Order: sequence, then C-alpha cells, then structure tokens
Amino acid sequence: MPEKKQLQVEAICNGSVIDHIPAGQGIKILKLFHLLDTRQRITVGLNLPSAALGAKDLIKVENTQLTADQANQLALFAPQATVNIITDFKVVTKHQLQLPEVIVGVFACPNSNCISHREPVRSRFGVRSAQGEVRLKCHFCEKSFTKEIVSDAF
Amino acid sequence: MANPLYKKHILSIADLTRSDLELVVKTASSLKQTPRHDLLQHKVIASCFFEASTRTRLSFETAVHRLGGSVIGFADAGNTSLAKKGETLADSVRVITSYTDAFVIRHPQEGAARLSAEFSSIPVINAGDGSNQHPTQTLLDLFSIYETQGTLDGLKLAFVGDLKYGRTVHSLAQALSLFGARFYFIAPEALSMPDYICEELTDKGIEFSCHESIEEVMPELDILYMTRVQKERFEESEYRHIAAKFVLTADELKTAKPNMKILHPLPRVDEIHTDVDETPHAYYFQQAGNGVYARQALLALVLNEEV
Repeated sequence: MPEKKQLQVEAICNGSVIDHIPAGQGIKILKLFHLLDTRQRITVGLNLPSAALGAKDLIKVENTQLTADQANQLALFAPQATVNIITDFKVVTKHQLQLPEVIVGVFACPNSNCISHREPVRSRFGVRSAQGEVRLKCHFCEKSFTKEIVSDAF
Repeated sequence: MANPLYKKHILSIADLTRSDLELVVKTASSLKQTPRHDLLQHKVIASCFFEASTRTRLSFETAVHRLGGSVIGFADAGNTSLAKKGETLADSVRVITSYTDAFVIRHPQEGAARLSAEFSSIPVINAGDGSNQHPTQTLLDLFSIYETQGTLDGLKLAFVGDLKYGRTVHSLAQALSLFGARFYFIAPEALSMPDYICEELTDKGIEFSCHESIEEVMPELDILYMTRVQKERFEESEYRHIAAKFVLTADELKTAKPNMKILHPLPRVDEIHTDVDETPHAYYFQQAGNGVYARQALLALVLNEEV
C-alpha cells in the first residue's frame, strides 16, 4: 500500500509560510521578529522531519504578508529558510533570502553603555560579511558584534 | 561652491574622507598663521559637556572666542534637566539646538553624538562619546603631524601603551590608513591593538607589526605616539612591571631621526619621563596647543560656506 502523504500543519488561505528553519530557531524567530504582535493566527511546527535538514521548524502567519526586507532579516539566523506568500491557498511569491544591509528595530545593542538603550530611537545595525563571518555594527555606538552575540543579548 | 564640511555633523573619523581631513589640517594651519576674528561673528555655540574634560572643553571654548563667537553650555551634567528631571538626551538636544548655531557634545555613553545628530537641525560636533570616538583629538593629532613632518603621506608611526582601550590610537590609525602609513604597535599583551582595527588595516593593505620594545623600532620612526597605561586595569605589582617597561626616557631617543616627534594625548602620568620634555623630540605640549587651531578650523568650516 502506498504511503499516505499529508500536510503535517494545516494549510493557510492567506499569509506567509516560513519553512526550512533550522530546528531550535523557530521560537527565537517568533520573538525576534515580533510575529506575535501581528495578532493573527500563527501555527508553529517544531522538530518536523526534513530531508535537507534532518529536523526543521516551520511558522505560518495568517493574513500577514512578509516583505522582501522582512524576509531578508531572517537570513541572519536561518539562511536556508524559505518564505512563501500565500493567497487563496496558492504560493504567489517565493522570497529568495539575501543578507540585509541594515537591521532596524530587531535587536537591542549588546553594549550596555550604548546610548540607544535609554533614548527614543530604534536600534540599527549595519550588516557586513567578512572572511565568512557575519558582523553587525551598531549605528550609534559603532561597536561590531557577531550575530550570535547580538541575538543572545536579546 | 560651499566647502564639503559646511553644515555637516562631525561625529566619527570614519565619516570623513581623505580630502575632508586635508581640508581641516590646511585650514588649521592657515588659522594658526593668520588669525581670523570674524568667522564665528554673531554665532552662538553650545558647549555641552555631560562629563568633565579639561583640555577638550577649554580648547573648544577658546576656539569659539578666538573666532569671534559666543559660548553657552555646561561643564558637567550635574545641574541639567537630564540629571535632575530625567529628560532624555534627545529632548535636551531638540531644545538646545533651537537656541544655537552648532552643538558640541561630550558624553560618557557611546553613540551620544550620533543620536544627537538625529535630533538636531544644526551641526553636531562630537567632543568624545564614551569609549567610542573623539574625532577632534584625531584632527589635532593630524595637524600636529602635518606641522612637524610637512606631509601626512607615507609616514612611519609607533603607537605605545594602551592600544586596546585607547580610542585616540584607534581613530588616528584609521585616519592615517588613508595616507599609506606604516604602523609599529608596542603594548602589553593584555592591552594590544583590537582585532577589528588590525582587520581593517589588513583590508586596506596597510603594513603593521607588533614589537616588545620602543628601542627596536626607534630609528625607523617619524612619529612616536605615547599613551597612558591606566593603573586601574592591572594589579599593583603587575602595573609596576608593565609601567616600567613602557616608560620613555631621553636616553632611549639617541637613535631617533632628528625630526622624529613624540606625541601624547595627555594627561601623562609617568610614561614619558620629564627629561624627555627638554629634547627637540618632545611635541606633546605644542600638540595640546594645536587643539585650539584644529577646533577653530572645524567650527569655521561647518559654519561658513567658504573659509
């Protein structure tokens, strides 16, 4: 008897599907990108089987279309992730993730003496890739950090 | 056509081009030779020092007076609305910059000057933001180097002392990398030049090397840039050992080129013996005096289309 295939997470009519997130990063991405603030129904799958990754996480956000800029910000943490925009149950756009030049309002600066912590401004980092390592430079205090240091400080 | 720094914020050395740096140095040189008392006439400059600083504040305020301008401001944050009433820096900047023509800020937190620039409609000049930047110190250093060597191009410089935390040496290395300098770094291992500066220099193809003692490189040098090793970073016995190794005496200058000059951002404690003061190589007090001309040049350029 042929193996029965079915979606492990219910399909959505309209919205965004972030797939192929490395297992363990799904919750972090939910928090970092303030997806809960959309107030829309969100379905999260953790440790799902994946041919490419072994295990993966997946996030579906209904009635919210992530822009290319928003999708690119995911590239820091989940470079292999795919972001599909769904309309009437069909994929209408597939975002190809590219490392963003700037990340605004996502992470707090790890430098505790950076002025951005106590002033009415959004955090801002320039992204630079050098010698295979991604570094984020704070727009205000000009200090550079690895992506791990920035996301761990969150 | 207006000069390229007219109405610009001066926040970080990294924002300035080679020609911007040359313009400031040449304007400082010209103002030193031919004083101008009209360049800030009818201008009011805010001098807001949220932490104490002797040389920087006094030389900025002297620069304003010498150019015919007026100064308002404060020498520490103790009696401001920020300290007393919890006002944000952003709101303070909005108010103060509505009174004045340029805003000079010294602040203990990194990024304070760049943040101020986002809330200011007038030029903001960074007079030091925490451990980050102190661009006017770099400009007066460049002016002193140009004045003593006649050029900024292709010079050989040694940086000695605290190269890890010393923002002065970081900024000066970044600035001189635009002029093809060759650097020698001499520091205790715990205070060596940070990797990110070394990576930047490598990316730009700038030659540098690390050394155990000043003597090794003395005959090569055009400029010997000394900095203070801060006592509080070490245990007492360790500090005495390190300090002894990084003290410059007149004896060590015997192999120096005749025109080699010693610079230091001051204050010095004991890293330069006072017997060096009498040698023709000592230039740190003239360098401090040049702070007035470099700051005059900067204020004149940001507030006048032509100087």
